[in-house]
Amino acid sequence: MFTFKDLTEIKPDEWIISPDFRSDMRLAVHIFASRKMLEQVFGDRSLEQAVNAATLPGLVGSVIVMPDVHQGYGFPIGGIAASIYPTGMISPGAIGYDINCGVRLLASTIEAEKVSAYLGDLAAAVNRYCPSGVGSDGLVRISSSDLEQVLQLGSRWALKKGYASEADLLRTEEAGCVEGALPNKVSDRAKKRGITQLGSLGSGNHFIEIDVVDDIFNQEAAAVMGLNLGCLVIQIHCGSRGLGHQVCTDYVQQYQGAPQRYRYSLPDRELVCAPMDSPEGQAYLGAMRAAANFAFANRQMLAWAARRAFEEVFAGNVKNWQLYQVYDLAHNIGKIETHMINGKEQKVCVHRKGATRAFGPHTAGIPPEYAVIGQPVIIPGSMGTASWVLTGTSASMQKSFGSCCHGAGRLMSRAQAKRSVRGEVLIKELEKQGIHIKAGSLPGLAEETPSAYKDVDEVIQVVCETGLAKKVARLLPLVVIKG
Amino acid sequence: MNHQSSPKITEVNHTADVALRITAESIEQLFIKSAEGMYALAGVKTDHTILSARQLIISGMDPESLLVAFLSEMLYLLEEEKIAFHYFNLGISADSVTCSITGSPVTHLRKSIKAVTFHDLKIMKTAEGFETTLVFDV
Repeated sequence: MFTFKDLTEIKPDEWIISPDFRSDMRLAVHIFASRKMLEQVFGDRSLEQAVNAATLPGLVGSVIVMPDVHQGYGFPIGGIAASIYPTGMISPGAIGYDINCGVRLLASTIEAEKVSAYLGDLAAAVNRYCPSGVGSDGLVRISSSDLEQVLQLGSRWALKKGYASEADLLRTEEAGCVEGALPNKVSDRAKKRGITQLGSLGSGNHFIEIDVVDDIFNQEAAAVMGLNLGCLVIQIHCGSRGLGHQVCTDYVQQYQGAPQRYRYSLPDRELVCAPMDSPEGQAYLGAMRAAANFAFANRQMLAWAARRAFEEVFAGNVKNWQLYQVYDLAHNIGKIETHMINGKEQKVCVHRKGATRAFGPHTAGIPPEYAVIGQPVIIPGSMGTASWVLTGTSASMQKSFGSCCHGAGRLMSRAQAKRSVRGEVLIKELEKQGIHIKAGSLPGLAEETPSAYKDVDEVIQVVCETGLAKKVARLLPLVVIKG
Repeated sequence: MNHQSSPKITEVNHTADVALRITAESIEQLFIKSAEGMYALAGVKTDHTILSARQLIISGMDPESLLVAFLSEMLYLLEEEKIAFHYFNLGISADSVTCSITGSPVTHLRKSIKAVTFHDLKIMKTAEGFETTLVFDV
C-alpha cells in the first residue's frame, strides 16, 4: 500500500513516484491530485497499477495519473502513457475493452425554465428513441458491407446515410474517423457482435443525460461552443459495444506470447504489448482504429435519435429546439500524436485509459473554430452531480501529453454501492432534486449512485489549478437515462 | 461427469470492476466454478426445459490463458447466442481444453460483462486444490 512517503510533491497537487521506487520501473509516474484525493487513492491499487504501467518497454516521459484515477485491470483508469512511434509498444489492455468509450455534448437554445413541464415527456421520448440496456440491439439493421464501411469511415458513414451533418463531424475528435483503420483485422466474432448493436447505449456506466447550463466561467469560450446559460444540453456517454470488447479480448489473448517473442517481462499479463511496427502491432492498431470508428458512428446514431426525441417533444412548442454539436471525444484510445518530450518533438502513441484528449489552443487536430480557445473537454459527473465543460491548455500539452481527466472517478466498489442504497430509494432521492430518471435496471442504477464517485468539483479543481484545463461551464442534470 | 457441487465463489473488493475468488478441488472444477461465477455475476436465468449440447476445443499456452479463453468463449456464447451452460465435461491438457457442454437458452440477463481479464491472474495449487482470482471488466 502506498503512503505519502513514496511520493514527492513537485508542485501543488503534482506528485512524482520516482523510477527508483521499484527496480522494474523504466520511468517515473506523475500524479495530478490533491493530498485529500491521494488519501482516497491509497485505498485501492491504482498507484500500484500505474507503477506496473511504468515497466512497459518503449515508453517516454512519465506515466501520467489524473485526479479521477481508480483501480482498473492492468492499467489504472485515469492513466496516460506514451510510447515512441513506430518502434515503441502498443498495449491493448492499456486502452481497454470499451475502445473509444467517450462522450458527446450537444447544446441548444431551449431555456430549461420554460420547458420544465415537458421534461417528463422528454425523458420518455429519449428513452424510447435511444436503445439501451443489457445486450440491447441498435437503431438500425445494417448489412455486412455497411459494417465494413462503418469500421473504415466512422461518422462519415453516418453522414453518407443521412444520420449526421458536416458540422457534427467537424466537431468530433478526428472528425469522427480515425485514419488507418483495418476492418480486415477485426475478427468475424467482433463483427458479428457489432452488426446488431450500432446505435445503442448499452448498460453499466453508460448514460444519456440532459442538463442545464448552470454557470459559465468563460463567456467567450462558451459562446464559441454554443453553450447558453440556463439552456438545455445533452451528453451521450457510450463506446464500441460488443465489437470493441471482442477486439480487445482477441488481441490481449493473441499477445500472450509477445513477452517471449520480444524478450520483455511484465508484472501483469493484462499489459501485454507488441511493437507498433511489428505485424501484430499493426494488426491491433488497425483493428483498434476500426473499433474506434464504430464507437464514433455509434454515438452519432444516438445523437440522431436524441434529435428525433427533441423534435417530437418540442417541435411546435418551442421555437428553436435544434441540438448543435459542441464536441465528441474519446477516453479509451491509442492515438499517434506529436509531443514535445525532453525538449524534442517526438511522434508517440498516446495510450489514454479513462482520460480525454485536451489539446491546447492552436494545436493541430482541433476544429478551426476552437483554435483560439483550445479543444473542448467534457467531464461528466455522477448522475446527481455537476458535469463540466473545460478547454485544453498549453500546459496540458507540456505536462500530460495533451490530456485531462475523464470524469469523477469511482470511489466505491459496485457491491459497496449496492449495499449503500437501493435503486428505488435512489430514484426517489434524485426525483426530489428534480432529476427525471429512466433506468433499465434498479441494481444497476444503485451501482452508479453519486456517492460511489469522487467529488467531481474537486477533480475539476485539481486539473484547473495545475493548469491542465480551464473552466468554461458547469452543467446540472435534469434527465438521466441509464441502460 | 456432472459437476454440480456447491460453488466456492467469493466476491473480492474492486473499485471499478468485479473480482471473484474461486476455489475448487480440481483444475476442471476451477474452470467450471469460474463459469458459474461469471453467470451468477451476469444474473443469468435460463429455460432448463430446452437443452443444447456443444463440443468445443479451446487452445492456450498455459492454465491461465486456457481459463481466460474458456470463459471468453462462454461469454461470447452468452452474449451472441444467448445460451448459458450448466453441464460441463472438461478435459484439460497443457495447451487445450476439450469441452462437452450442455446449456439452455437465456431468459434473463441482468448485467453485461465486457470481458474476462488477465489482470493479476494466477492459478495456484493449494492444500485443498486450486485457487484463482478473476477480474471481469463490467
